[in-house]
Amino acid sequence: MEKDLANKKFVMNKEFFEHRLNMNRRRFLSRLSLGIGSAALGSLLIPDLFQSKEEEALITGLPDFAPKAKRIIYLFQNGAPSQLDLFDYKPMLQTMHGEDLPASIRMGQRLTGMTANQKKFPLAGTTFKFSEYGQARATISELLPYTASVVDDLCIVKSMFTEAINHDPALTFFQTGAQVGNRASMGSWLSYGLGSENKNLPAFCVLLSKGKGNGQGVYSKLWSNGFLDSIHQGVQFSSGENPVLYLNNPEGMDKTDRRRMLDKLAELNQENYSEFGDPEISTKIQQYEMAYRMQTAVPDITDMKKEPESIIKMYGAESLVPGTFAANCLLARKLSENGVRFVQLYHQGWDAHDNLPGQIKGQCKDVDQASAALITDLKQRGLLDETLVIWGGEFGRTNYCQGKLAKDNYGRDHHPRCFTVWMAGGGVKPGIVHGETDEFGYNIVKNPVHVHDFHATILNLMGLDHEKLVYKHQGRRYRLTDVSGKVVKDLIA
Amino acid sequence: MNKRVFIIISILVATVAGFILSCNSKGPAATNSVPEVVSYNYHIRPILSDKCFACHGPDANKRKASFRLDIEDSAFAPLKETKGALAIVRGKPEQSELYKRITSKDPSYLMPSPESHLAVLNDHEIALIKKWIEQGAKYEKHWAFVAPKKAALPTVENKEWCKNEVDFFVAKKMEDQNLRPNEEADKERLLKRVSFDLTGLPPSVEMMDKFLADNSANAYEKIVDELLKSPRYGEKMAVHWLDIARYADSYGYQDDNIRTQWPWRDWLIHAFNTNLSYDKFLTWQMAGDMLPNATKEQVLATAFFRNHKYTEEGGVVPEEYRIEYILDKTKTYGRGIMGVTIECAQCHDHKYDPFSQKDYYDLFAFFNNTKEEGYEGDVSTSKPAKNPILAISDSDVHNILSYINKKDTGKLTVSVMGERDSLRKTFILGRGAYDNPTVEVMPNAIPAVMPFDTVKLARNRLGLALWTTNKSNPLTARVFVNQMWQELFGRGIVKTTGDFGMQGELPTHPELLDWLAVDFMESGWDIKRLMKKIMMSATYRQSSKVSPEKLKEDPENILLSRGPRYRVPAEFVRDIVLASSGLLNNTIGGPSVKPYQPPGLWEGATSGRGVLAKYEQDHGQDLYRRGMYTFIKLTVPPASMMIFDASNRDQCEVKRSKTNTPLQALVMMNDPTVLEASRVLSQSLVAKSGDAKNNIVTAFRLVVCRKPTDKETKILESYYDEEFQLYQQKKMDAKTTIAVGESQVNEKIDAIKTAALMKTIQAIYNLEETITKT
Repeated sequence: MEKDLANKKFVMNKEFFEHRLNMNRRRFLSRLSLGIGSAALGSLLIPDLFQSKEEEALITGLPDFAPKAKRIIYLFQNGAPSQLDLFDYKPMLQTMHGEDLPASIRMGQRLTGMTANQKKFPLAGTTFKFSEYGQARATISELLPYTASVVDDLCIVKSMFTEAINHDPALTFFQTGAQVGNRASMGSWLSYGLGSENKNLPAFCVLLSKGKGNGQGVYSKLWSNGFLDSIHQGVQFSSGENPVLYLNNPEGMDKTDRRRMLDKLAELNQENYSEFGDPEISTKIQQYEMAYRMQTAVPDITDMKKEPESIIKMYGAESLVPGTFAANCLLARKLSENGVRFVQLYHQGWDAHDNLPGQIKGQCKDVDQASAALITDLKQRGLLDETLVIWGGEFGRTNYCQGKLAKDNYGRDHHPRCFTVWMAGGGVKPGIVHGETDEFGYNIVKNPVHVHDFHATILNLMGLDHEKLVYKHQGRRYRLTDVSGKVVKDLIA
Repeated sequence: MNKRVFIIISILVATVAGFILSCNSKGPAATNSVPEVVSYNYHIRPILSDKCFACHGPDANKRKASFRLDIEDSAFAPLKETKGALAIVRGKPEQSELYKRITSKDPSYLMPSPESHLAVLNDHEIALIKKWIEQGAKYEKHWAFVAPKKAALPTVENKEWCKNEVDFFVAKKMEDQNLRPNEEADKERLLKRVSFDLTGLPPSVEMMDKFLADNSANAYEKIVDELLKSPRYGEKMAVHWLDIARYADSYGYQDDNIRTQWPWRDWLIHAFNTNLSYDKFLTWQMAGDMLPNATKEQVLATAFFRNHKYTEEGGVVPEEYRIEYILDKTKTYGRGIMGVTIECAQCHDHKYDPFSQKDYYDLFAFFNNTKEEGYEGDVSTSKPAKNPILAISDSDVHNILSYINKKDTGKLTVSVMGERDSLRKTFILGRGAYDNPTVEVMPNAIPAVMPFDTVKLARNRLGLALWTTNKSNPLTARVFVNQMWQELFGRGIVKTTGDFGMQGELPTHPELLDWLAVDFMESGWDIKRLMKKIMMSATYRQSSKVSPEKLKEDPENILLSRGPRYRVPAEFVRDIVLASSGLLNNTIGGPSVKPYQPPGLWEGATSGRGVLAKYEQDHGQDLYRRGMYTFIKLTVPPASMMIFDASNRDQCEVKRSKTNTPLQALVMMNDPTVLEASRVLSQSLVAKSGDAKNNIVTAFRLVVCRKPTDKETKILESYYDEEFQLYQQKKMDAKTTIAVGESQVNEKIDAIKTAALMKTIQAIYNLEETITKT
């Protein structure tokens, strides 16, 4: 045992992170599942489940350095919102509306198959009015009045860029750090790196909603654990009657019925454990206990009726309609508040290849109020400091029109070279605008932030060194940031 | 997946050292001593590979200080950047720069350097390297790239325990560690194990009775033979290969429309059932279309290489995806068939294994001459197969392809392989990017594994298939034998099933692996014979009981001193429930089906385009097909399957993880399939007999595959009684409980008894043992 401990300490001093995280899975799971309620049962049945204090510390996860954020809520705007109509105001495009994009600006950049054959690339100025807001004098369009009202909490990055030009690879890149391949999602990495803060809920939850705009699918591979163990997989939640798959007892079975069955089950499993000694059996008993606790904890959290009217008003009336973005924002706050490490929202419908002015109005109406409410709500609960909120899509949209340009109507194709995301809380600098694009809104001229840099920065805020958070698979040490990425210190408070 | 490094270092190194060199040590965990003779392959290379080769290995671009340590010649050459010094001086560690660097206290001199983010070597590793240098620092070729040979069976004390060759190798290692094998598993559990391993289904009561009553010496062998003949065998074997082949029923990517590759799955089941030899099995799948006078069956087999994802997203650059598809084929070949991580050399020379980036594109070139296109249009023009296409007519199905379960007279097409008439040029792609072709290359198989003889072999897929199935190929047989070992024991002899390279784990029983690989080839690549050989061993037949001592000594059962015990794969969890309740639909093959699924999963994650935007659940008998026939939509794979660690089929997968989670508990508690099965079984038992105790015992036997103990029966009886009372007192409503699932409820049968027994059966379905191979 002493040797074991010495060895363990040694290992911890060395490849500290990797080893620590590859702890005995069974033990990890048993620990995860040991709620206070079942502690008695656990110790009664399997006394040695309670390990050393040292291990206890490992389970809750030890960051590399003091984290600024403990949890993340990522409001993913799936389909790619137009930065040119929301945040990145370019009067030049209005002046040159209808004129061809100069080749000196485009510089032969590859285009999607949808506009590659267009003979002309007529610039399209936004039809929406912009104003300056807050201490950073950030430009925000009239489509986002609520967002504008919390501008001094936002850290707006106008210089994001990516490598992918199509939705599937771009989304996959944002979520997993690679355009293709079965890698682990960001939420899975955080679950793996930091463990769960909660004994009754998964560390990584996913919420889906859809606007009326042109939609691009989301895929459950986006919240896949990839090569990590499946306990790190994102668990899809909804605010409806069946918030987690298979959570509800069947018709006619209530909690006490279930309890009776589980007691008999534990007794029978324990019989088998006595004979066979396989620790998986005792783990199984614990897993049933956690499932039972989830059956109580989850409906409690997903029940919107318990929220006061002032909160519903803040998020908007839609927050009472299950499956809307507003309802998901409110649910995200509740999950996060209850210790869910990573809540990932997706809102579909931003892919406006045509009729953009019409489509984007609806999309903004879906998300603006609730996104801002989430920030205000977290702030008033004193949670914004430790919760990082992120808002943005998988790439941007072109400054030129796809298809036929009218005076007040246009479409925009995919544009990977620059787009805008914002963050709030969780240790980012509030009230700033980072990065700059050229007057055409086509190329970045100042402080570019690559997707890998973005990931490195997020991990850093969570107290993790992106070069140390590794998982060895198929002979290679994988990272969320693959082989590059730099922490953008300017974004960190 | 979960590597516990203390165990890797202390158990693996120490045990392997102990085994190979017959050191006497007390137990795997107890030893950390340096062996008498240090082996490069088993002790040194794993350290060098993990800690040094990234900067001083095969990758020329990342090489630091122009120093290469993975090749003997350069390791002993004078160092270019440290004048007058030598990395290794045979016999003299203190004069060896390598040793000085790994033991230095000066961070600027120490290796691995802090920038590498690799941990420095521990005392044990340093001691091993010191002794290795003292003993002359001999290099050896990587074990997996040397053709296997049959070693003589080791001498063991416990000869009477050994039932066949397998056991001699296993017994030897156990004896070296002073471990005793477990006794043979009891007949009921053994039968369950064999039945699961060969058919993926629980044994029938008749089979249980027959086996229990059969006291003849070869009773067990008779059962193995009987199960090997079952048509269910092909289904069971197919599941692992479906993972390798990343089989799915949709195209993947964003719109994820339907496709028709299932006739290939029907072929796969048929191939296993007819025991197609593994060399033909591979040749047909790799290059069946190129065989002289290729039959439709041989062409159909090549659908193996067309199972990957295809984009139908509007606006993609076709060449980007055409290249992506070739990359996928290369990866599948590398990982699934060769067991190497050749895909690492897509963007640069491999960092650990002797595979250059050129080697990678040489291999890639074999697959780069297919007729397929990168893009055939968006989802609005989607077809169930993409060029090249094999059309299967009704007359084909009546004559030559009789195993295809074609349900209607509609057109049936499958995406298969087909060569272009002219040779497409292949280039090394700079950083692996499709739009950055550099130097032109020609098809050539991985030279570090075995030279590709261009005099005897054509430089095309057929040539590659022949190279692969050549008996001198050091990997093909080992990799497959290891996969089959993993199927039976839950862990391969090489734990890293998809990586036999330098970063992979060493075989725990190298001589056994080689013996089995050579024997497999000598038998004419006979898969059924291989399965039987392993299953007839005493090693396989051991009880899976584990004492606290053995658990402490050998938690992962590396030494095989007990039988395998683990939760069955996702598909078979479902099969157990359906088969034991009598609900199972026995149809083999055909299009995939859509059983019960929680509402909204497909609808919530879709672009709204294509025919799979909505989940249209099947009805009737299609609700009760085996798990392997559940429709796999790539972007939203079946939820309950994923919860039980099924492959998401996104890419070639050779090994699934085996987790134990609360979500799995929720599935077993609340999945309508489990509830319906409980009700159906309950009703059929109540219809025959009113005796609750008898019914509980019968249900237990059907589900758990053994008779319950008295204590177990009592616990279940007391549960039944409680439930019965509550239903009778109308505290719970029996009719509500039993009204589950689409199969008909028989109103004539006593609802209260049915409900109480149904609850009891639900409890039995939720036992850990039920879904565990015991």
